[in-house]
Amino acid sequence: MATTQNNSDAALIVRNLSVFFGNRAAVKDVSLDVTARAVTAIIGPSGCGKSTFLRALNRMHELNPEARMEGEIKLFGDDIYSRNVEPVVVRRRIGMVFQKSNPFPTMSITENVTVGLRLNGVRERKLLAERTEQSLRMSALWDEVKDRLHAPAISLSGGQQQRLCIARALAVQPEVLLMDEPASALDPLATSKIEELILQLKKDYTIVIVTHNMQQAARVSDFTAFFYIGELVEFDATAKIFTSPSKKQTEDYVTGRFG
Amino acid sequence: MTAENHNWRNFKNAFMQTLTFACAILVIMPLLLVFYHLIKEGFSSINLAFFTQLPKPVGEVGGGMGNAIAGTFILLAQAAVIGVPVGVLGGVFLSEYGGTKLNWWIRFAADILNGVPSITWGIVVYALMVVPMHGFSALAGGVVLGMMMIPLVMRTTEEVLQLVPGGYREAAFALGISKWKTIVQIVVRTALKGIVTGVLLALARVAGETAPLLFTALGNRFWAHSLTEPIAAMPLQIFAYAISPYDDWHRQAWAGALVLLLLVLAINVGVRFLTRDRFQHKV
Repeated sequence: MATTQNNSDAALIVRNLSVFFGNRAAVKDVSLDVTARAVTAIIGPSGCGKSTFLRALNRMHELNPEARMEGEIKLFGDDIYSRNVEPVVVRRRIGMVFQKSNPFPTMSITENVTVGLRLNGVRERKLLAERTEQSLRMSALWDEVKDRLHAPAISLSGGQQQRLCIARALAVQPEVLLMDEPASALDPLATSKIEELILQLKKDYTIVIVTHNMQQAARVSDFTAFFYIGELVEFDATAKIFTSPSKKQTEDYVTGRFG
Repeated sequence: MTAENHNWRNFKNAFMQTLTFACAILVIMPLLLVFYHLIKEGFSSINLAFFTQLPKPVGEVGGGMGNAIAGTFILLAQAAVIGVPVGVLGGVFLSEYGGTKLNWWIRFAADILNGVPSITWGIVVYALMVVPMHGFSALAGGVVLGMMMIPLVMRTTEEVLQLVPGGYREAAFALGISKWKTIVQIVVRTALKGIVTGVLLALARVAGETAPLLFTALGNRFWAHSLTEPIAAMPLQIFAYAISPYDDWHRQAWAGALVLLLLVLAINVGVRFLTRDRFQHKV
């Protein structure tokens, strides 16, 4: 088994992770390393535990009172499940973007971007303004919204709303960005914008993306993990997974024979 | 299948349609009747003096129920001070915290309280406040109306908070925002119009309560000077005037009833306005 020393370029090290809802195991004994400043894609059929796995990476699964986990996850060496670590702190370091874009409807575009900072106590206007522009530029939304920063966030189109949610997640400067099928509710044009964005973001961020769309995984990711019924079947460089996977199950899935 | 059979079915359909329509009309008839009657009997007595002056002694024509109108607003303000924070925070607990079992019991208790006859509330507060304080008081009136508001506000707050999509809570948590700040700044803010609507409806509901005030606020023919003294309220004044033998007082009672109805109607229209706006901005 790989150790921490052998993986100095790993942002997240997951060891023997299992997640249970009541008695049912949704993720079973998964170990993998997420490489820093790269895109790791999680693929697999519905119900294979890939979203649960993703949510366990920033302790979002704990919102479900039935959920329970075993194993270990380290973020740049820090045990995120250590007794003295608050989930709130973990989530500031590991941001998340959801399938359904969810900008806060009571807030303007700017307010949405800065909400994570403001509600964590940042008051300095200059810093908030800087961070707004920086985050909106990184999420490739700045040019489209710079003239109406105070318009309601829900006046934006679906694709713009999703990029706003990415900007909102980036504004708190997380070390890792988790994306749970970020483009599955968008049209092809908006989807390709999100994909371009992901390729830009990986220069600065570590990204883990769950996707149903195998072409998308092939286009944007450097590493791909294939999950099936809660288990990690295969984890390797994306090119290898899609051209010469070592497991029969993986090959069947990526060639569209099941799932 | 014969044509006759068809005709019989069509007839049944038309009959049931007419019957249900008639019942629907019956629902709005009382409102129209009440309005017609109140305007016919009470409108002529509504003038500036009605809103600004004290009741005149028997035999003198004129005067008004300014003290009762002011008293109703004072009682409602007290009721809001008690009912809104407790009701809203209780609703927040039911929606955002608490275990399934505990919440079931709290909900059950609140629903029972909503069905408690208002005179019962009056007796309870009479025993808890009026007897120990050796006298009827505006304070006791405010407390009884506030206590009646709590379960109403709590249940409506819970319902509108439940309508806020879980995605907003998740988005806030994923930004590392604490649960309490998420609730106040994201969830409650998103549902604020609904909460205000619930509060206004609860106020409208208790504004017309008479029975609990008989045991607590008692009524007063003069302006209120202190919360520890009995205070006038519109429903009490209407009641006192309506059972009196004097024609002028009867007219004042009609006018009072009309003003009270208009107050409740104004609150309801305000609520409609708020909710309409809410649906326009619905995401």
